[in-house]
Amino acid sequence: MPIFRRTLLAAGTTTLAATLAAPAILRAQSTSAPIRIGEVNSYTAIPAFTLPYRLGWQLAVEQVNAAGGVLGRKLEVISHDDAGKPQDAVRLASALLDESRVDLLAGGFLSNVGLALSDVARQRKRLFVASEPLTDALVWEQGHRYCYRLRPSTYMQVSMLVDDAVKLGAKRWVTVSPNYEYGQSLVKWFKLLMQQRQPGIEFVAEQWPALGRIDAGATAAALAQARPDAIFNGTFGPDLTNFVRQGNTRGLFEKRGVVSVLTGEPEYLEPLGDETPEGWIVTGWPIETVTDPTNRAFIDAYTKRFNEAPKMGSVVGHATITAIAAGIAKSGSVETEAMADGFKGARFPTPFGPAIWRHQDNQGTLGTFVGRTTVKNGRGQMVDWRYVDGADAMPSDDEVRRLRPA
Amino acid sequence: MDVIVLQLLTGLAGASTLFLVAAGLTVIFGVTRVVNFSHGSLYMLGAFIAWSILTRLPREPEFFILGILATAIATAATGALLEVALLRRIYRAPELLQLLATFGVVLVVQDAALFLWGPVDLSLSRPRWLRGAIEVMGLRFPLYDAALIAIGPSVLGLLLLLFHRTRWGLLVRAATQDRDMAAALGVDQRMLFTSVFALGAGLAGLGGALALPQGSANLNMDLAVIADAFVVVVVGGMGSLGGAFLAALLIGVLNAFGIVLVPKITLVLVFLVMAVVLVLRPHGLLGRPQAMARAEVEALSPIRPAPPALQILGAVALALAIAAPFLAGPYLLTVLTEAAVAVLFAAALHVMMGPGGMASFGHAAWFGIGAYAAAFAAKSLAAPMAVGLLLAPLAAGAVALAVGGFVVRMSGVYLAMLTLAFAQIAWAVAFQWVDVTGGDNGVLGVWPDPWAANPWTLYWLALVLCIGGALLLRRALFAPFGFALRASRDSALRAEAIGLDTTSLRLAAFVLAGAAAGLSGAVFAYAKGSVFPTYMAIPHSVDALVMVLLGGVQTMAGPVVGAVSYTLLHSWLLTSDLWRLKLGLLIVVLVLAFPAGIAGAAASAWARVRR
Repeated sequence: MPIFRRTLLAAGTTTLAATLAAPAILRAQSTSAPIRIGEVNSYTAIPAFTLPYRLGWQLAVEQVNAAGGVLGRKLEVISHDDAGKPQDAVRLASALLDESRVDLLAGGFLSNVGLALSDVARQRKRLFVASEPLTDALVWEQGHRYCYRLRPSTYMQVSMLVDDAVKLGAKRWVTVSPNYEYGQSLVKWFKLLMQQRQPGIEFVAEQWPALGRIDAGATAAALAQARPDAIFNGTFGPDLTNFVRQGNTRGLFEKRGVVSVLTGEPEYLEPLGDETPEGWIVTGWPIETVTDPTNRAFIDAYTKRFNEAPKMGSVVGHATITAIAAGIAKSGSVETEAMADGFKGARFPTPFGPAIWRHQDNQGTLGTFVGRTTVKNGRGQMVDWRYVDGADAMPSDDEVRRLRPA
Repeated sequence: MDVIVLQLLTGLAGASTLFLVAAGLTVIFGVTRVVNFSHGSLYMLGAFIAWSILTRLPREPEFFILGILATAIATAATGALLEVALLRRIYRAPELLQLLATFGVVLVVQDAALFLWGPVDLSLSRPRWLRGAIEVMGLRFPLYDAALIAIGPSVLGLLLLLFHRTRWGLLVRAATQDRDMAAALGVDQRMLFTSVFALGAGLAGLGGALALPQGSANLNMDLAVIADAFVVVVVGGMGSLGGAFLAALLIGVLNAFGIVLVPKITLVLVFLVMAVVLVLRPHGLLGRPQAMARAEVEALSPIRPAPPALQILGAVALALAIAAPFLAGPYLLTVLTEAAVAVLFAAALHVMMGPGGMASFGHAAWFGIGAYAAAFAAKSLAAPMAVGLLLAPLAAGAVALAVGGFVVRMSGVYLAMLTLAFAQIAWAVAFQWVDVTGGDNGVLGVWPDPWAANPWTLYWLALVLCIGGALLLRRALFAPFGFALRASRDSALRAEAIGLDTTSLRLAAFVLAGAAAGLSGAVFAYAKGSVFPTYMAIPHSVDALVMVLLGGVQTMAGPVVGAVSYTLLHSWLLTSDLWRLKLGLLIVVLVLAFPAGIAGAAASAWARVRR
């Protein structure tokens, strides 16, 4: 596992430096107690993503600790379930900060939960590392110095897909996306970026199914009625399965390009099975066919430890911990102000390869894979894929400064 | 034209699916009067069980049908077990307590399903014949959907045959009309109720199993269908199968055409339909006014001021609450602040539900409107906290006044469902009106003024406002207003005969409850620093119901006891594994042990000791 050896080395050198610099009392304290990460996520509300996510961070904690921990201290994660409610997440955040005395907060799946936690971090001046929430507001409009976010945002996911979408040469587009902030912001960015790249493009219909309650037949029929050349899809999970089945049977996807966010992630591709549509342009993770040592090392270690294949959630969970560990190592302390500055520019290993916490907006540059879907042996797979680094999917620094007032 | 026909067919298929989900619910309600919140869980179990069975069977059509039927039988057995083990014991309990018990079941089933089937969505690989399509005017329409269009009416026909052509059906209809009379004539109610519950559960399982080929079995199915199922049942008229079928048709077809014209209407369409139907026809399309069960006619014993011992207990509790910051750590103080908010929230609902006799399934609406009013004052007006705290009850009270006119004319579950409809409409507005409310990302940074920012000050402020508010509500219930309100609950006719304006009284109680809940929402907004649409979502309304029922509807201390114990329990369990299982089991045990609520049980124990 080359990546972890590197973490170990990095952590080791930083610890040495910190030990030499810090006063004796601090040193005594730092070697005794573990570094505590308070983690909040929607374990009961979104189990399909968050349970593999939990296994992912558990594996990372074991690996980091086996390699000697961070700053010579072990990592300890105290994890709670927010049940998908921002108000519960806020309460648990205070439980973690006040009762469990954690050094920083992490986690979040839903955008509103992420924003609620980020607001607590701003108010109480404590660090929050958002792992999964995709909303752009987290690092842009509502961004602040105490909040970092790991995963590629809705903007980044869309901008990774736009190159291939333009190549379809389609003029009439329709969109279908779940009716909440994530879905709305996907469609907003897709329309904006496509109109910049391909003047004269038309968006002729849109569908906004309620999350988890899609009426797939009616939605598919309504989209077909607009006679589009291509479709942009933001649905995922159970909604996606229903939509794909209705679309397949009704021939909605035949002779039409489809651009679809997150569909290539194992947790969403697996339920599609042999009905995975051919040739959709998707973001995801081609777990069967990645061959580079970093990805394989993670897949093997995870499979060995838990006896099941990792999901995208596992990657996010794992990278959350390595990203925090690297940030703390670079900060040389778990004091909040030191970390709020020190995380910037910290390089960290992820199952997809190295990434960095950006200076400009505290966004992680963990990327994702872009490819096409196909069916092999009765299972959905990604082919013709490439890895897109998160850093290459961002707008210009001027644009980011405009979007991030803080 | 071709497009319209296709959309119509799609709507019919949707209607059949809806009807299958709702049919079981309406059958169960008609006979047992149980508002079965766990119906969605049975539906979800149906999908999972069908997956387990069908993936082990050959893929030919005859085995598919066999598997679906086996699933229906398995869920029927589960339902029978549920009835015998749990619901049978609480039929004599106050109205809606069964709702609380089945809510506990929902929580337990969620964790059980996760344990049994794992977190991944399970989809059934469709054999070729399930993927087929037929040509309708040159457009493709799924064969399976066409089959569903036929299955809905067939199930309706079979059920009607069962009810009208068998002796069992005759007994069921007799019990639906007047269950006490049926019992007096020697009909074995226990057998009848168990079998009806099994039938309803089997229909839920059938619905879940038939939904499986269209998508996947997943852990969010239960809550995704339960609201829609209730809407169909209520729009149709509770207990009316034909009504449920009509309602499903109406909603299915409106949905298929509605989303073409107004795509974003998906969040709220069913609730809009329900609101319109109930305003026009207060008992649904084909419903009849509920026959009074005998127990409902008996006036409840009058409330009395608390005995000295209880007054002392209350004073001690209040003193402890005031001293709490000196005793509790910062986290416990956060929880206690929430408990104070919950006390006012529950006390407000209690005014409606207990003395007012109007149960509400949408109480969170007023809480949310109050919270948004506070957020609006803080962010858009940049006004001090006091303005927000004043604006919140006014805003919630004003909306309650506007809505109340429609609501207070109704009664029972219809009234409760109309409040749910309004709450869902309010929720959808908050969710969709992104420019003003921030959509589901909510309004952030609603923190208190500097003078109240200290957690101790904030706690005491919450205590003064919320406990003070709850005491004022209590005072109002001991005032002539409270007596008049209870009089109109116990016998509207007699109350009107002595000159009480029952409609105005109920409206006043409704507005009072709305305003008080609005205030609790504002305090919560400042304590949390943010406001989200989830504040007025269904789960939050359910929380309020659970608190009142857990404490005891017909006691004055009930909402306080219920709110404090539920808040403490919930926040304590939430940080542990399998919290849904534990909370669900605990609720079930409490319901069985204290059918009159914790405070109700304490009151009768006290009465026994005194005697």
